[in-house]
Amino acid sequence: MKKNVILVLGAKSDIGRAIAHRFGQEGYDIYLAGRDAKTLAADQTDLTLRYGVAVSIFEFDALALSTHENFVSDLPQLPTIAVSTIGAMGDQAKSQLSGTNAALVMRSNYEGPASILAVLASHFESRGFGTLIGVSSVAGERGRASNYVYGSAKAGLTAFLSGLRNRFASTSVHVITVLPGFVDTKMTEGLDLPAGLTAMPSEVADRIFFAVKHQRNVVYVKPIWWAIMMAIKLLPEFLFKRTRL
Amino acid sequence: MKISGWGKYPCIDAVTRAPRSLPELIDCLQHRHAIARGNGRAYGDSAISATNTIEMKHFDRIHAFDPSTGQLIAEAGVLLADVLTAFGPKGWFPRVTPGTKFVTLGGMVASDVHGKNHHKEGSFSRCIDWLEVITGTGELVRCSRTENSALFNWTVGGMGLTGIIFKIAFRLRPIESSWIKQTTLVAQNLEQAFEAFERSMDATYSVAWIDCLAKGKNLGRSLVTLGEHAAPRDLPKRARHSPLQFLRKTRLTIPFDFPSFVLNKYFVQAFNALYFWLGALKPHTALVNWESYFYPLDRIQHWNKIYGRKGFAQFQCVIPLDRSLEGMSALLNAISESGSGSFLAVLKRFGEQSKGLSFPMSGYTLALDFPISDKTLALMTDLDAITMAHGGRFYLAKDSRMSAETFNATEPRREAFLQFVSDTEGERIFSSEQAKRLGL
Repeated sequence: MKKNVILVLGAKSDIGRAIAHRFGQEGYDIYLAGRDAKTLAADQTDLTLRYGVAVSIFEFDALALSTHENFVSDLPQLPTIAVSTIGAMGDQAKSQLSGTNAALVMRSNYEGPASILAVLASHFESRGFGTLIGVSSVAGERGRASNYVYGSAKAGLTAFLSGLRNRFASTSVHVITVLPGFVDTKMTEGLDLPAGLTAMPSEVADRIFFAVKHQRNVVYVKPIWWAIMMAIKLLPEFLFKRTRL
Repeated sequence: MKISGWGKYPCIDAVTRAPRSLPELIDCLQHRHAIARGNGRAYGDSAISATNTIEMKHFDRIHAFDPSTGQLIAEAGVLLADVLTAFGPKGWFPRVTPGTKFVTLGGMVASDVHGKNHHKEGSFSRCIDWLEVITGTGELVRCSRTENSALFNWTVGGMGLTGIIFKIAFRLRPIESSWIKQTTLVAQNLEQAFEAFERSMDATYSVAWIDCLAKGKNLGRSLVTLGEHAAPRDLPKRARHSPLQFLRKTRLTIPFDFPSFVLNKYFVQAFNALYFWLGALKPHTALVNWESYFYPLDRIQHWNKIYGRKGFAQFQCVIPLDRSLEGMSALLNAISESGSGSFLAVLKRFGEQSKGLSFPMSGYTLALDFPISDKTLALMTDLDAITMAHGGRFYLAKDSRMSAETFNATEPRREAFLQFVSDTEGERIFSSEQAKRLGL
């Protein structure tokens, strides 16, 4: 019998690494994919030594959409689980000034991840099973002045994942949307985040493992974020537009 | 950002940097007074520099393991806990381990940590094959007992002041089971405790819990626990088929800082007496998992919060063998007179000392915690004086409050250390708040 394999897209990110460790601990073989894949070699050795699982590395560029089909069909084995942690916060101020900047943020957070997840989805569909996980963001729940370019792209990804889940509801392909809230990663380095609302990458990974095991659909990493986002979503627009969040 | 060590005292507003690559790490040295920081388990200000604290958490990869020699090569930010998780179930164990597994390998090197087997195996330095250190010139230098040996000797136990420890090659020991055969010897006073230690020099592990508030004829009453790695044949039948199985116990968490009245004299005194009598009544041999044998406090997350918001200090000294009994009696007298005791006071026989600034020396060490207050700070100053008068010295990884005078008087190796640092660095690159306080 073939072993369970998890494909981590964006394996260099802190969340991607944490996910690889979590599933390695559970005995999954691991495919690490990212740009400049040779920089993943140290992680490959580390994961192999720690968990005794087979770890392979693959070159992958989320923005090179035309390569996505071949990327998936060239994998030695179609993974059991695929998770995308691809994304980039960008700089809201720059995105407001330059359409090119904004487009890059939109493509990195929506177009790229959606494209590769769509390819994986059709492969999973023809095989008959598989779990797709998209790491989206609470920023996509409602557009705010401070980061609506990033937020709008994440909103797109959240809607895309929701659509995929709906499409495969009657099949054995399962789709999970992850809304992490603040996470202590490279993306948030230097920001002064409230400790109670901030998760460690390992907590995100634990939550994802839990979501896979229990076939959850949409998961917040820290439950408090569900309440916060509910309040933010319920606020009437005439009030919301005056907030500074 | 305000940071502190495990004792939560002192709390210092410090600039922290968390580089992710070797070039980024080397770049950090452009800022003055660099000190590397691992998991923040030194008790005081050893791994804090107000201007340039360098967090090593992103250097956490294991690079190689050779099962024919037990040699593990890993980056400095790897936690000992990770090594145990990965290699414990495969039958490997650290040759030397401190009392917590939540320390980084880099921190273990910088403090030259010791364990319950110091009398036999020496300190952590003994099982290190080589190190890679980033020196003040920004070069990555490999050092060992034979290659750049001066850098090696001063880096081990050098509290991060010779450079940034980047990579470590060290040996694990094979074990046949994850169980320890524990024997408890009851000592009614300090002399009996010493006799028990001296009789047990062949035991692999030995350590004593000591009732630091007992007085008079009970002064220094202790439970001396000895330990041996168990072989599969020592285990009960049901455990024999998977001797390396590792029991993961639930972890408890201290959710908030305890108010200071919890730790009053009567409570601590009663706790200590009860602990001693329960220990004395229990069966004297037992099989325990290495987790509970070596790391009993790791089960309680944030146990440092028990000491309240002001934090606590740990006092740990060593007194040379010929004056140990006299010195320890004087220390315990001063502690029990003051009535400021701690739950966990630990007595241990050390073996021979290592090179550099390594703490242990042949003799006895005493370690205990005190919640921070004017009274306990004054008491610790008295304890410093007693230690000094008996030719002893102090463990820098635990220290958060010693004076430069005390350090100077107890550490004749300081001059040679500073000479080495100035020869290699010229203008001082590495420093910590502790180093500034102690003139190190």
